[in-house]
Amino acid sequence: MNPAFSVIFLTTLIGAGQGLFLALFVAEMLVQFRALSAAPGTFYALGSLLAVALLGLGLLASFFHLGHPERAWRAAAMWRTSWLSREVIVLPLTMLCVAAYGLVHFLAGGAASLALGGLGVLATAALFVCTGMIYACIRFLQEWASPLTLVNFTLLGSASGFTLASAYAAWGAPALVEPFVFCAGALTLAALATRTASLMRNARLRPKTTLQSAIGVRHPRIVQQAQGFMGGSFNTREFFHGRSSQWLRGVKWLFLVLVFPVPVLLLAAGLKQDLPLALCMAFLSQYIGLIAERWFFFAQANHPQNLYYQTVG
Amino acid sequence: MTQLALVIDLNVCVGCHACVTSCKEWNTSGSAGTLADLRPYGKDPTGTFFNRVQTFEVGEYPNTETVHFPKSCLHCEDPPCVPVCPTGASYKRPEDGIVLVDYDKCIGCKYCAWACPYGVREIDEKRKVMTKCTLCVDRIYDEALPEAERKPACVLACPTSARLFGDVHDPGSEVSTAIRENGGYQLQPEWGTQPANQYLPRRKTRIDIHQDELVRADNPLRKETNRPSGPVEAQTLDDVTSW
Repeated sequence: MNPAFSVIFLTTLIGAGQGLFLALFVAEMLVQFRALSAAPGTFYALGSLLAVALLGLGLLASFFHLGHPERAWRAAAMWRTSWLSREVIVLPLTMLCVAAYGLVHFLAGGAASLALGGLGVLATAALFVCTGMIYACIRFLQEWASPLTLVNFTLLGSASGFTLASAYAAWGAPALVEPFVFCAGALTLAALATRTASLMRNARLRPKTTLQSAIGVRHPRIVQQAQGFMGGSFNTREFFHGRSSQWLRGVKWLFLVLVFPVPVLLLAAGLKQDLPLALCMAFLSQYIGLIAERWFFFAQANHPQNLYYQTVG
Repeated sequence: MTQLALVIDLNVCVGCHACVTSCKEWNTSGSAGTLADLRPYGKDPTGTFFNRVQTFEVGEYPNTETVHFPKSCLHCEDPPCVPVCPTGASYKRPEDGIVLVDYDKCIGCKYCAWACPYGVREIDEKRKVMTKCTLCVDRIYDEALPEAERKPACVLACPTSARLFGDVHDPGSEVSTAIRENGGYQLQPEWGTQPANQYLPRRKTRIDIHQDELVRADNPLRKETNRPSGPVEAQTLDDVTSW
């Protein structure tokens, strides 16, 4: 596929927003169980605001993917069959839950915040499932059609959110830095394991559709002589990234370095040396890496329709 | 239940692109709006088409065959593009099985095009909505047209009658007969989309002529030269009947 930056920003931004909210709620739970000293209400309120901003920016980015953004409200109609429609419903609901969670903390706190936080966690989890399933449900895009897609979206989003929470806590609630850094590190390593698993799976994939089944001719040697037109078309633009395999490999190693080892080292350094800047750099590195990761995720998916567009003429 | 569809005979298609141009002509003139052409006379022209003819070479030289392969929406019986549409703009008509896009509901998210393994949906770059073959739904039911012309534009344009149109659920229809008797097949059957459009494979066309068929006993040229002679009972009926 040809990666669209609107969708890359949508999925990475909402992933970080969801992860940040999960981090806030985990911190509140730990405080509830007296494992940590309490953080001020404004810490949760501002953190939630940041999470809502990230989710909102993601939503805004998604509009740039649409031909008719003014009709976007219609996309909530087909939630019975379409994962995209479900995401369109769940994303604003998640924003609403996170905003309410932050507001309650800003006003008073107490039991209401835990209940709202619980709702928020449910919405966040549902949003991860919807986002992942949009890609995993297309069965002939074999690189995507795997439970690993869901797991990767969830773990990568959560990891980037916890990394951001570590940097945020260094300013707002230094006592929380340590648990956040540990969670962020653990999630990043878990994501490394599952993303590597999906890379290995995709490297071994054999395409189910061949030129033989695409045109229905049983002969081992079929060569396209003409695709039917000399200029470009939607088919030649939308489904292929147009880059060399070296470029693709470069992006793969770029994200493997920027998303996993660099943030883990920076997180460890930030915790050990008490350097908030290192924690910020960890998030920056991981987020830029995730943009590359998402680009690669789209570019690697090989659409069977490309079989019909191999030779101009 | 009716399922309208095309049957495309690869044995007859000569790759002339008449179906492509007539499709474009009909559908760009319709009430749904033009099919955009961007930079038609510029350096990098592009445009919206519902139908394309592609050419493949099969086999190893010198034993090769050129297969011309027209490709348009296959109007799948289980279309993967329909359930993914978030707005319901993509739908399959229950009454005749045509897969259509409601251009007034489409938000242009392209998700349906991703979900089509055949690559037959194209976003119209001017109207910013997803477009595709409609089986000329605005023509096949038009009672103002003579009945013989109530067919998709591509079918009417085909000079070799490589394109047949009809109800593939009616076992007696021309298309069902063609599929049954000439080995019709579906594209990419591995995904279970059950395309309604089917293709007829290349077939060997042979004619056996024996020596005795080259020299006719009833050669009419003989009428001009040697008249039959002899007794009446020795003459054949060959010269007096026309069968």
